Amino acid sequence: MQAQEEINTTTPVAGAVLAESAVKGKGMSVRNLNAYYGNYLAVKGVNMDMEPNKVTALIGPSGCGKSTLIRTLNRMHEVTPGSPRVEGEVSIDGQNIYAAGIDPVRVRRLIGMVFQKPNPFPTMSISENVLAGIKLNGGRIGRKEGLEIVEQSLRQAALWDEVKDRLSRSGASLSGGQQQRLCIARTIAVQPEIVLMDEPCSALDPIATLKIENLIEELKSQYTIVIVTHNMQQASRVSDYTAFMLATDGPGHLIEFGPTSQIFTKPTEKRTEDYITGRFG
Amino acid sequence: MESQNTLRRTNALEVTGKNSAIERARFATRRVVNLIMAGLVGLAALLAVGLLLVILYYVVQRGFESFFVRADGTTGPFNFNFFTATPSEGGIGPAILGTLIVVGLGALIAIPVGVLAGVYLSEYGRGRFAFAVRFIADMLTGLPSIIVGVFVATLLVRNTFGHYSGLAGGIALAIIMAPIIARTVEEVLKLVPNALREASLALGVPQWKTIVKVVLPSAISGIITGVVLSIARAAGETAPLLLTILGIENYNGNNFIGRLNPMVPVGSLPTTIYTNAGYPPNEVFRISSAWGASLILITIILIFSLLARWATRGKKVR
Repeated sequence: MQAQEEINTTTPVAGAVLAESAVKGKGMSVRNLNAYYGNYLAVKGVNMDMEPNKVTALIGPSGCGKSTLIRTLNRMHEVTPGSPRVEGEVSIDGQNIYAAGIDPVRVRRLIGMVFQKPNPFPTMSISENVLAGIKLNGGRIGRKEGLEIVEQSLRQAALWDEVKDRLSRSGASLSGGQQQRLCIARTIAVQPEIVLMDEPCSALDPIATLKIENLIEELKSQYTIVIVTHNMQQASRVSDYTAFMLATDGPGHLIEFGPTSQIFTKPTEKRTEDYITGRFG
Repeated sequence: MESQNTLRRTNALEVTGKNSAIERARFATRRVVNLIMAGLVGLAALLAVGLLLVILYYVVQRGFESFFVRADGTTGPFNFNFFTATPSEGGIGPAILGTLIVVGLGALIAIPVGVLAGVYLSEYGRGRFAFAVRFIADMLTGLPSIIVGVFVATLLVRNTFGHYSGLAGGIALAIIMAPIIARTVEEVLKLVPNALREASLALGVPQWKTIVKVVLPSAISGIITGVVLSIARAAGETAPLLLTILGIENYNGNNFIGRLNPMVPVGSLPTTIYTNAGYPPNEVFRISSAWGASLILITIILIFSLLARWATRGKKVR
């Protein structure tokens, strides 16, 4: 019931004011989740728990349903083309985000998302991009308060020092890695509980990737993070828990889920071992 | 190693062996054919553009000359009355005002309907209904404008208003403009990357706000281009206006507000061109004012395009 309250009343502005209140981030649990495109079952029977303030990585070969799964976690699945549909439960603090009467728009304010390709708004400046989530949601903030949120979010995204002298320049004027960190700043500016990242580094060079990975390490003190990655080294570097998915025999499903150290050193499943040792996929 | 490679490449390009003569002959033929074809397409391009330039030059020249002609057919200093006065005083003012009224009314009706229909088709339209809307919009774009004129004349002029009027003309033009705007807006909105919509939705922004604040601003210059194109198309329409506005030559009333009345017959530039060009050659003022009206019509469309460019200039942040 408390989570219901949370989902219904948290405004981005109130969230931003609370920003300095130390550790937060909420856990999430997935129960019997099926994701469809029309009649096509893309992800089947997923059960897993994301621990608060931990990084959970979803790994697996292309087409195994990782991206579909992560998009069900903040109800972004239902805005993809192809008559998408979800069965099962995804809960924060015991509140199912798919329950009747839950507004998907409020769910997405609580559970932010960073995409594969950096997608800053091209018509907005750097600072407008950071404040986009607040402004577009109709939040009224003063100039001073706005600047504070911009600085704080950009600092958290490890981008402040690089852009502080050109905040009024277009977000599109930044390099790919900077754009991705700008997108992370934009996501955390609305103070979500959970940040989802769908292959956030796959369009970036190794140095930019390293910066994002360090950033993830920093961010987990405040947010629960779920990350989809193609890169197993990345999963082993940044995550606390790893989920391995496959779609070789039917719809995508979870093969193995556990602490990252265990998955990468002594996986219980033969197929997990084959994948992480590079024997297929 | 490298020199060997170079050697082999030179050899590969050199024509040798018993078929070498045939090969060389083919190459020569191909070069000649290529030259002829390139010349032909170049000529066609020149013809298309050249004709347009000739028309433009002729209209500008004859149109400008007409600005010096008086109502009695004599020529004098620049006739400023041409843009404001009635034909009996040596001008086509009512026609200019009439075109502005009719096109303005048409745009006023067609822009909201067209833009919203375009948003529907691009952002919401799924399934059979959207398919039908798209198909009908395409059909309407190709519909001969005289048919729109007959339709509006029957429905409004004959059976509803009972008389010709600027509003009937505006509605006829709106029927021509709206599908053009709807389809252009749909196309430019589809060019907006889906990633931007997702970025906004993932921030917890509702879909309507995403469309208004993110999608439409990203496509604004394309939308304005579509609107201007449709205005340019409508401003030159003659057939539907002949059947709906009557094309009177005088003002309605003596004050400016009275002259703007859309519920009475008005004039327009295309109908003025049509009427005046049909006079015998000895009616010097009539013939020359047809050219003057043509030049003014082209200029109005040009001004619209320039205004649109100006309105969308440098809207992007650096």
